[in-house]
Amino acid sequence: MHKKLLIVVVEPDSDRAKSIVDGLRQAGDHEIRVMAEQAGLARQVASLQPDVVLIDMANPSRDVLEELALASGPSERPVAMFTDSTDEQLTRSAIEAGISAYVVDGLRPERIKPILDAAIARFYIMQRMKAELAATRAALEERKVIDRAKAVLMKVRGIDEEAAYALLRKAAMDQGKRLAEIAQQLVMAAGLLGK
Amino acid sequence: MSLRLGYVPLIDAAPLIVAQELGFAAEEGLRLELVQLGAWAQARDMLGAGMIDAAHMLMPIPIGQALGLGPPLPAMDLVMFMSQGGQAIAVNRVIEARLRGIGYGFDFADPRAAGQALRQVAKAPLRVGVPFTFSTHLELTDYWLRVSGFAPEEVKLITVPPPRMADATAAGEVEMFCVGEPWASFAVEREAAALLLPGTAIWAAPPEKGLVLRRDFTANRPDETGALMRAVWRAGRWLDQPEQRGLAAEIISRAGYLDLPSELADRGLSGRLLLCADGELRDTPRFIAFNDGAASFPWRSIAALIAKRIALRHGKDLDVAMARAMQHFRTDLYRKHLRPAGAALPGASSRLEGMLAEDRMVAAESGQMILRADGFFDGFTFEPPEQTSSEA
Repeated sequence: MHKKLLIVVVEPDSDRAKSIVDGLRQAGDHEIRVMAEQAGLARQVASLQPDVVLIDMANPSRDVLEELALASGPSERPVAMFTDSTDEQLTRSAIEAGISAYVVDGLRPERIKPILDAAIARFYIMQRMKAELAATRAALEERKVIDRAKAVLMKVRGIDEEAAYALLRKAAMDQGKRLAEIAQQLVMAAGLLGK
Repeated sequence: MSLRLGYVPLIDAAPLIVAQELGFAAEEGLRLELVQLGAWAQARDMLGAGMIDAAHMLMPIPIGQALGLGPPLPAMDLVMFMSQGGQAIAVNRVIEARLRGIGYGFDFADPRAAGQALRQVAKAPLRVGVPFTFSTHLELTDYWLRVSGFAPEEVKLITVPPPRMADATAAGEVEMFCVGEPWASFAVEREAAALLLPGTAIWAAPPEKGLVLRRDFTANRPDETGALMRAVWRAGRWLDQPEQRGLAAEIISRAGYLDLPSELADRGLSGRLLLCADGELRDTPRFIAFNDGAASFPWRSIAALIAKRIALRHGKDLDVAMARAMQHFRTDLYRKHLRPAGAALPGASSRLEGMLAEDRMVAAESGQMILRADGFFDGFTFEPPEQTSSEA
């Protein structure tokens, strides 16, 4: 039997961290720690001496881990960059999924692969959720602005909601712009005019 | 043609932003999709995975890759420098007070005096923040402190992402830092730090960011490579007109780019730096340059100089490291793609670094050109190895 690997997941968002941990549990019986703290990250990681560190590719704290990965003192060298298996394809798959993995030098590739595969799958799910959330938020914002623009028109021109909407839509068509854009301009102008 | 470019929010991303916003890219038939990145390692990895076509990158990163100190990714080359200077060294308020206590004047002029004063007041080890392990900031700080008499064990260089530098200083994680603008001025504004030296005080012409592409891209898509290089080069030339710096500060400060008050970006771009939140302005001529004085020419001797420093730190063979790194600074592509744009091209691709105490007129491929003074504060010079590889 192999000894359990210690995997550290650096993720400030607890929901996302949980999702990754759930994914990793399916990849094998490993010890998993979640770290949210950005300050003093290098010291924390160094003291834990994990076998694998997983972190979002865009997390600025990654640059701190790069320093750790290259530290010259043997006591300060808990991680190497990505896999030491020089598996370029696996490295690139991870990068494309938005994940960076720091793996201890000398860890055997067949032990790393299932962990990375599980993490990659989770990161794709997270990416999709993030995109959906952003899209939903944007749509909600747009609807609010359009409602406010309609309200302005109804008040100023004394028309009903349907007519206000038609007016907005026509203006958008005429100017070749999106409805939400026209609404935004109208709301802003109304704000300036104190209407 | 559309290209995806990665950049990290700093004033030296200006050539990319200006190339897109002011139409230098469009003139070359390019549309630039600028992708903001959170970490330098992200720039390297996304470029390696082909998720971006080119990156605004710390000049030493491709050298680290060339020396095998990074993940296994396809070869990447620096085709031109995007900026020179733009870094500032700052101390926290405690050290500032101690320095003032011994009568140090924060005059920005004499790194040796600054280093010696610092050595009097600092308790070892001095914790110094730098943005990345492969950075001009680390090289400048390390070099300056050593020459100033700090022993290796008296200094601890710690990586801190630039936007976090002010917080890390306020929280006492670091006592001093070297970072690119606007993040030093941001820390000053937050009353966390006082500026001690501009990077140019240590090395008159410190190359800072490079335009980095994958080697297979430059080989397979020469037209787009050339178009991008010319657009960035023209943007740099525009940026070097002092009267445009204010407008440049406005453009790069917008939401979507730096998303900070333009006044902050203006300090670094105009070289009018505020020393501390309640302090005086320091006019710092040539604080940042983009193109003037052959600033964008990717001297192979600089690749060798930085490779030697990195190799020393990581226990690599010096000669192998220098030879390898030099192949990743593509003076050949610079000549090929910028000649048609009218860029001044030096006769050689390598030179004695640190030799020029003053600007000097030298012979160029056609006619003459001005090389910017590039002296180190202590007179250090570096002689690169002879070129053995093929060189255009």
